[in-house]
Amino acid sequence: MGGTDAKDILGLPKTPLSLTQEKKSRPQKESHRKPDGISREVYALTGGVAPLMPSIDVTHLKRPPPPDEKVAWQWLPVKSSARKDDLQLYHWVRVVNDVPPTGDYSFAKYNKSVDVLKYTDDEYENHLTDPVWTKEETDQLFELCERFDLRFTVIADRFPLSRTVEELKDRYYSVTRALLRARAQSPAELANHPLIKEPYDMTRDRERKRALSMVLSQSRHQEKKDAEILAEAKRITEMRLAARRAAEPDVPANENIGSVSPSSNSQLPATAVAPSTLTMADYASTLASLRMLHVYLRTYGLEQMVQAASSAVGLRTIKRVEQTLQDLGVNLKPKVPTKTVCDEHLELRKEILTLLNLQKQLQYKESEGSSHREGTYGAMPDTPKDRVFASEPFGFGAERPIKKEPKRKGPGRQSDTPSPAHKRPRKLKASDL
Amino acid sequence: MEDSAVEILSASTPKPRIGIDGGDDNKNWRRRVNGVEVSVPIVCGSIAFYRGKKAKEYRTHNWTVYVRGATNEDLGVVIRKVIFHLHPSFKSPTRVVDSPPFTLSECGWGEFKIDITIFFHADACERKLELSHLLKLNPEIYSGPQSPNVPVVTESYNEIVFPDPFECFLSRVNNHPAVHVSKLPEGLNLPPPGDADDESYYKMKKGDTKDHPLSHWFLKFSDADELFRLTDTRQKVQADIAKLKRQLVMVDAQPE
Repeated sequence: MGGTDAKDILGLPKTPLSLTQEKKSRPQKESHRKPDGISREVYALTGGVAPLMPSIDVTHLKRPPPPDEKVAWQWLPVKSSARKDDLQLYHWVRVVNDVPPTGDYSFAKYNKSVDVLKYTDDEYENHLTDPVWTKEETDQLFELCERFDLRFTVIADRFPLSRTVEELKDRYYSVTRALLRARAQSPAELANHPLIKEPYDMTRDRERKRALSMVLSQSRHQEKKDAEILAEAKRITEMRLAARRAAEPDVPANENIGSVSPSSNSQLPATAVAPSTLTMADYASTLASLRMLHVYLRTYGLEQMVQAASSAVGLRTIKRVEQTLQDLGVNLKPKVPTKTVCDEHLELRKEILTLLNLQKQLQYKESEGSSHREGTYGAMPDTPKDRVFASEPFGFGAERPIKKEPKRKGPGRQSDTPSPAHKRPRKLKASDL
Repeated sequence: MEDSAVEILSASTPKPRIGIDGGDDNKNWRRRVNGVEVSVPIVCGSIAFYRGKKAKEYRTHNWTVYVRGATNEDLGVVIRKVIFHLHPSFKSPTRVVDSPPFTLSECGWGEFKIDITIFFHADACERKLELSHLLKLNPEIYSGPQSPNVPVVTESYNEIVFPDPFECFLSRVNNHPAVHVSKLPEGLNLPPPGDADDESYYKMKKGDTKDHPLSHWFLKFSDADELFRLTDTRQKVQADIAKLKRQLVMVDAQPE
């Protein structure tokens, strides 16, 4: 619907301010206003408003063909070298100046076929025997390989016995490799053959497909989580760099570390994540910069300290801290921000952060204990025994499918050696990067 | 912060302020007392009275915006002047109030954000401070026509913090009722007040807001409730943390 129609319906004046301004701003483009070939009514539908969809410049449409070129389309027979039979096919061809195109059919070059090696009975006896495969099966496989040009999914479909695509591939390639080796005069001449250089690896192919299916079966939610984790990890590494840079020359600032949060230091064990050295460095530098101001508002100081406290955690965690504060009935911004109130407020935030981290740790440990299943990230850990681990083990992104594989193979193993990395799943990712 | 020792800015430490403060004469008193914090509890607010139905269209409310001490003490001890930046539609919208009480009364019809710049006496700080206040003329919840006798009061509490104050400033404002000073380090000898002081303070007119005509409407701010709520919540959270830690230990202790 055009702009003017819409304006009509809304009862607005037909030439609003924006339109007149536009007219004023580009009078030199007046010739473009209503191009020839478009009726005034059609053009008026656009109302001078930019079209919703990109439109082709009219000059392009109206460009005349080169004058000495006469183009015609004709129904002509196809000559294709790809065709071995005598079947004559026809198609429409663009004929310029009555000269029909010559040469081979332009798609003939894509008709590739594979040279599937043939073996003799002797060769099979000497080199190709395999306890899992009989000669008949192998013959059948090679026949199908020839027929379907190594399209293994099709071959697997036609193969009378139930064998996986990987098994078929493995047999075909190992037979071909053995044949090549047996027929070669010297090993050197085969060194660069692609099949020898990069032999087919069945387990790897399986792993590749599993990883792919994992990525593809990921829900959007999980994908979002992964992206968040990666972004957070990036942020943390950046933060660490910045903190290291900030902390080093700032010797007087470090004096204050002890007095900033003495309580949280004494209360928390080393495993608790919140008052890490990183956060402490942030605190110290924030305090130092506040002191450098020589005057500031209490609310501003609190804001800065809150920021410093949450600098090491992700946006999601900050939001969860604030949500928890609200759930507990605490003002996000104190109404009477005296020094004591602000200090208590900061301590409370830190403690909530510790609480959330501990919850996360607990969840992680439990999910690790339950044969490494994922998908329990967001749930509260208050009732750990009742939780049902329903989701599929395709939780993590493609970043580490291979790393997780050996764990899944042994469902009996409850936990690996309790390295600090397992206590801090997110930090682990940060350091991995 | 209170327990850190007094550090005197000697020649070896950088003295960025001294150049700005300008005087070599009173250099001795331009020493910072590290670890001490001077804070001034202030309330920034506005009170608006409806002028009744007969008021002109553009003059519906009488309002007053102000920066006052939280306990209505004289803020002139710290603040030299306050500039209120009114909406540009006002005549000469930049209003300077250079003596306490720092209040400004006007008449208008619209609510807008008033930017407030606070200047301090030179011994306190050369830097100015910016804050802002949203002028409210109409009550948040509409409950019938507005009475001309009950104003709309909007106030917010804040504190002006001077970390590591100058010695001379500290000695001048120490024990002043408008000012809070954190515990002074032991063995600190403050110079007698007024010795090397900034003159502007002594020339200035005094003025608290205790007997201000609007003081009846001023709100009382106390951190007791909020503090109670915070300590209470912290205890709960700490209990939760302890519980979680026990659970974690349990999970760890589970046999393979």
